Amino acid sequence: MRNALAAEIVALAQEDSRTVLLSGDIGNRLFDGFKKRFPDRFFNCGVAEANMTSMAAGMAMCGLRPITYTITPFNTTRCLEQIRVDVCYHNLPVIIVGGGAGLSYAGLGGTHHACEDIALLRVLPNMNIVCPGDAVEVRLALRAALRNDSPVYLRLGKKNEPVVHKEDPPFEIGKGITVVKGTDVCLLSTGNLLPIAVDAASLLEEQGVSTQVVSFHTVKPLDTGLLTEAFETFQMVATVEEHSLLGGLGGSVAEWLSDQPRGKSRLCRFGTPDSFVHRSGDQENARKMVGLTPENICGEIIRVFNE
Amino acid sequence: MNYTISELESIAKSIRGKIVEMSHKSRAAHLGSSLSCVDILVAAYWAALSVDPKKPSDPVRDRFILSKGHAASAIFATLAFKGFFPKDLLDSYATAGSCLEEHPGPRCVPGLEAATGSLGHGLSIGIGMALSGRIQRRSYRVFALLSDGECNEGSVWEAAMFAAAHSLENVVAIVDFNKWQATGRSCEVMALQPLKDKWEAFGWSAYETDGHDMNELVRILTNIPDGSGKPVAVVAHTIKGKGVSFMEDDNNWHYRIPTQEEVVMAKKELGLI
Repeated sequence: MRNALAAEIVALAQEDSRTVLLSGDIGNRLFDGFKKRFPDRFFNCGVAEANMTSMAAGMAMCGLRPITYTITPFNTTRCLEQIRVDVCYHNLPVIIVGGGAGLSYAGLGGTHHACEDIALLRVLPNMNIVCPGDAVEVRLALRAALRNDSPVYLRLGKKNEPVVHKEDPPFEIGKGITVVKGTDVCLLSTGNLLPIAVDAASLLEEQGVSTQVVSFHTVKPLDTGLLTEAFETFQMVATVEEHSLLGGLGGSVAEWLSDQPRGKSRLCRFGTPDSFVHRSGDQENARKMVGLTPENICGEIIRVFNE
Repeated sequence: MNYTISELESIAKSIRGKIVEMSHKSRAAHLGSSLSCVDILVAAYWAALSVDPKKPSDPVRDRFILSKGHAASAIFATLAFKGFFPKDLLDSYATAGSCLEEHPGPRCVPGLEAATGSLGHGLSIGIGMALSGRIQRRSYRVFALLSDGECNEGSVWEAAMFAAAHSLENVVAIVDFNKWQATGRSCEVMALQPLKDKWEAFGWSAYETDGHDMNELVRILTNIPDGSGKPVAVVAHTIKGKGVSFMEDDNNWHYRIPTQEEVVMAKKELGLI
């Protein structure tokens, strides 16, 4: 996803001279193309995320479209107050890009895991939360974010994830994209778990459960039209995210659902538990530890489906 | 239009009187912190800044950010006296439904550049504005007014290192060094001194001045950039509660509200009645 980001930023900076890139001393070589073509619009802000975020706000106040980039926890929770006061309180078009969603950097330890970021940023007024499902969506989401006049948090995975979309789907912030059609169960996946959700749907099909998969890339604002239809149409709706069960997509949908008249479907949520991951290993290993695998998602849905 | 030093001092006295009235009327705190920075504000707005109250959004204007947002009454009175909005509006300060809150909100009045109140944000915002000026080839200057207590915040020093690395000579950080923070002496709560040396060590061109000496303030603030190629820090030694003898250097006035009698006494001392 991050290579798609780097390539798309160059294209967008070419089209729009307001585009400015601020990096928190990260992305060695990743932004070489941008730096070469737009040296006056790239700033390595050092390991100082609070200052980077406030500077981005100051730039947006002067009509620029700044994009801040560093590893997810440092670009979100480290500088949360700067995002709240300088970016959201002023309702400025700053794009905050977190690289390494969820357990992307599992092996680097808990300091580099990011399973609380959606919850913390979602409650900030004016903020949009967009979690692209693959590299194609990263490009489209960045383009859409730059057209947006409010703050956007863009939650990226790492690099070389499977690409789900064979061609560019229509993309709009706040509108989910149906990736696989089905009739019994609807999986709403946000962010980097989209390939896992697609695989889980295949397993469910083999077990005779027709499963729809939606890339529910925008956690805020919620696509309530899509949710209303899903809870009227399917027997079960399940949220899938590499984020805590507290306050992420599953939490958002549960909040929304509690305000609705009782529908026919039940909600089932897949995410990370309310605990830190303490054991070494890569992302795949960490996903196994917390149950975010196609096999586990499929098994759990079959179990609940048969209740 | 050029003002004489005595004219500037007279404007400062009128603003101080208004601030004392506003605190009494609205029962809003931070009077001492507002009074300490009035001379800095007057020197900036009446002598140094290139701003036109009729064109508050002019892209080439100089920017002034009150990073110490708790001195809201001081910036509001300054902007009103300068002509950015009618002075009558000041009477609504901190009353129910007013756009003038106890810490300034975003775009609350013309001329107000940034919402502040949480300390340690304003200088970084200002640096972002200065970088924008460089990208957009506009040569405006950016002034940020910080409190001494605010220099406790690590983000101030992140900003300081960044501005020096980029030789942002159009950026000015003025520290209203009134020697008090909310609950103690600012040099005792943290090791703030030597403050001028700190800014110099961070790569800034630093000045130390009496923050109530209008002549000195005007001399320093009208010489930006100062030719050093570096951002400029002004450590302005001030007195909390300046201008009203019974408030000066008494930290009770961080939170105390003046009575009607005290307002009259203050205005007499300021020569306003």
